[in-house]
Amino acid sequence: MDKTDFNLACPIPKNDYDKILLAHGGGGILSNQLIQKIFFSQFDNELLNVQHDSAMFNINGVRLAFTTDSYVVQPIFFPGGNIGDLAINGTVNDLAVSGAKPLYISVGFIIEEGFEIEELWRIVLSMKQAAEKAGVKIVTGDTKVVNKGKGDKIFINTSGIGIIETGIDISPINVKPGDVIILNGKIAEHGIAILSAREGLEFETTIKSDTAALNDLIDRILKTSKKINVMRDPTRGGLASALNEIANKGNVGIAIEEDKILISEEVKGACEILGLDPLYIANEGKILVFVPKDDAGKVLDAMKNHPLGKESSIIGSVTAENKSLVTMKTMIGSSRIVDMISGEQLPRIC
Amino acid sequence: MKYVDEYRDSLIVKNLVAKIKSILTQPWSLMEVCGGQTHTIMKYNIEELIPKEINLLHGPGCPVCVTPLEMIDKAIDIASKRDVIFTSFGDMLRVPGSRLDLLNVKANGGDVRMVYSTLDAVKLAENNPDKKIVFFGVGFETTAPANAMSVLEAKRRGLKNYSLLCSQVLVPPAIEALLSSPDTSIQGFLAAGHVCTVMGYEEYIPLANKYKIPIVVTGFEPVDILQGIYAAVKQLEEGKFEVENQYSRAVIKEGNKAAKKILSEVFQTVDRKWRGIGTIPMSGWKLKESFADFDAEKIFDVHEIEKQESNLCIAGKILQGYKKPVDCSAFGTLCTPEHPLGAPMVSSEGTCAAYFRYKK
Repeated sequence: MDKTDFNLACPIPKNDYDKILLAHGGGGILSNQLIQKIFFSQFDNELLNVQHDSAMFNINGVRLAFTTDSYVVQPIFFPGGNIGDLAINGTVNDLAVSGAKPLYISVGFIIEEGFEIEELWRIVLSMKQAAEKAGVKIVTGDTKVVNKGKGDKIFINTSGIGIIETGIDISPINVKPGDVIILNGKIAEHGIAILSAREGLEFETTIKSDTAALNDLIDRILKTSKKINVMRDPTRGGLASALNEIANKGNVGIAIEEDKILISEEVKGACEILGLDPLYIANEGKILVFVPKDDAGKVLDAMKNHPLGKESSIIGSVTAENKSLVTMKTMIGSSRIVDMISGEQLPRIC
Repeated sequence: MKYVDEYRDSLIVKNLVAKIKSILTQPWSLMEVCGGQTHTIMKYNIEELIPKEINLLHGPGCPVCVTPLEMIDKAIDIASKRDVIFTSFGDMLRVPGSRLDLLNVKANGGDVRMVYSTLDAVKLAENNPDKKIVFFGVGFETTAPANAMSVLEAKRRGLKNYSLLCSQVLVPPAIEALLSSPDTSIQGFLAAGHVCTVMGYEEYIPLANKYKIPIVVTGFEPVDILQGIYAAVKQLEEGKFEVENQYSRAVIKEGNKAAKKILSEVFQTVDRKWRGIGTIPMSGWKLKESFADFDAEKIFDVHEIEKQESNLCIAGKILQGYKKPVDCSAFGTLCTPEHPLGAPMVSSEGTCAAYFRYKK
């Protein structure tokens, strides 16, 4: 080797990105930085700063939860659902994991010129069905149309409002060492279903999105135990990102076991081929429940008796050590860190 | 999942660890030269299971990490052109060049797309006749057949708008470069299984003999890695230096003949610069003159940019096994996957990123 050409170096440090990248919307570290530095720093207030799935507040003695979410999934129709039922279920779930009973939903459509009315009709019908199934009413809305090429078919925003019963206090900051973590089934199905339907990625699977409204399951959980500390739907960024968020906000350690986390053979296969880690892939019908050990058994039983919780299992627990870290006992018996996702695994999955 | 689960079986792992312990009498340093293996070692924290006397060195096995800065700057130049659709596998998009990365180019309006197959890039060329489609072909012997195939396929389809920005690197010359250094502490190699699936392992035999070092062709699952470690340690303990094939379910001695034929048709061997290491003689492939019409470096007017990298990080020493990521003062503070100072922090197969992600 030529010694004069020997060069042990790297590029100069790079400052923050000066433009928005797709990864800023990926639910990982870049998203977090964007939200913290730009939005939270300016919108700063006591309700926002809780950083929960919904804002929670009292009006005339009634405790309410309020949330919003936008849907840009591509393709808009995918195995197991479409952008419409996803938009209803997602907002219903954000309210429900805050411990609220979802009541009213608003819908905003941004539609691209030239979009097929028939497709819009199909989306609206599935929104109607999803709302009926979840027991919520769509009570207000808005429609905007943008020039051809200035949007991508259709984007939907939904906001929701729900009521929180007295005595229920669900929040990441309530997480306690000793809490047991229950998950209601197989992970990574939504992300892989979207991917399999995407143009340019031709692989055939029977994997369907798990999109579902979780409020009925959550209602049952809350009726079973008054001690639920945290609930979280591990959507964008997957299980790993949701657990990291809770470990960070609650300043606790989280220890999970790889062989307790259910993943279907097909999802595993797709992940192996595509080089994706299922821990970071989105779910739209999964819930993580943090509950003290003495109530875990009955909560687990209640979840298993619900159609959306048949495959529920305990995947780990909360520890006082390893604060702000998620660690995992691997299937070969070693242990390692499960970090928050950094860049963008799959854009536009919800 | 069949062919995967049995290689991640905790009982088999436990038995292998016990076997390694039973033959070990002294410390040994082994290097794996494949980013996939590095990733497995970190993801399953194999270092926690094996005896402390075995020092695993993580070599220059991540193709994204060793692609020189000049080449990334060329890619960024080409991708910024208006009539170009620039395609690449995912990890390459985030590798910092001297000023930007390809994701910045995309955010600035460049048409940069991630593909999962080179043939998807060829298809893009067919479907977009008014655009120039460039595929960023980096990697070891593993990616080379598919990259070569894309050129042959583009030629067969009569496409004039497809080209390859080629930065292929080869493992055996890198092993030789590492071993020829007087400071080397490497005592055994785990050779990259998939490289050998393509090339076979005949070319490793002279290396093992010349440097009196065991080389074990090794797969990518935890059980594979532990079997590879066991075989290498056993040879070292017995004073042997042979080429051994742990990954026999995917590798035969002579490799994949059909793939090798395509490679010799399309590529010629050249000196290649490795990021963090320097120029290694005859350690890369480029397109032959007869395929000049498909060579992005020839088609596009990209300047030969000679880049001097700064001395802030110790990537070179890490890639050669002299240092570990935790020895670097910038690790995890100034240098993170969001803001990598050096390429090993970018790709999930990079040693620093794997350390950061799984060990901190």
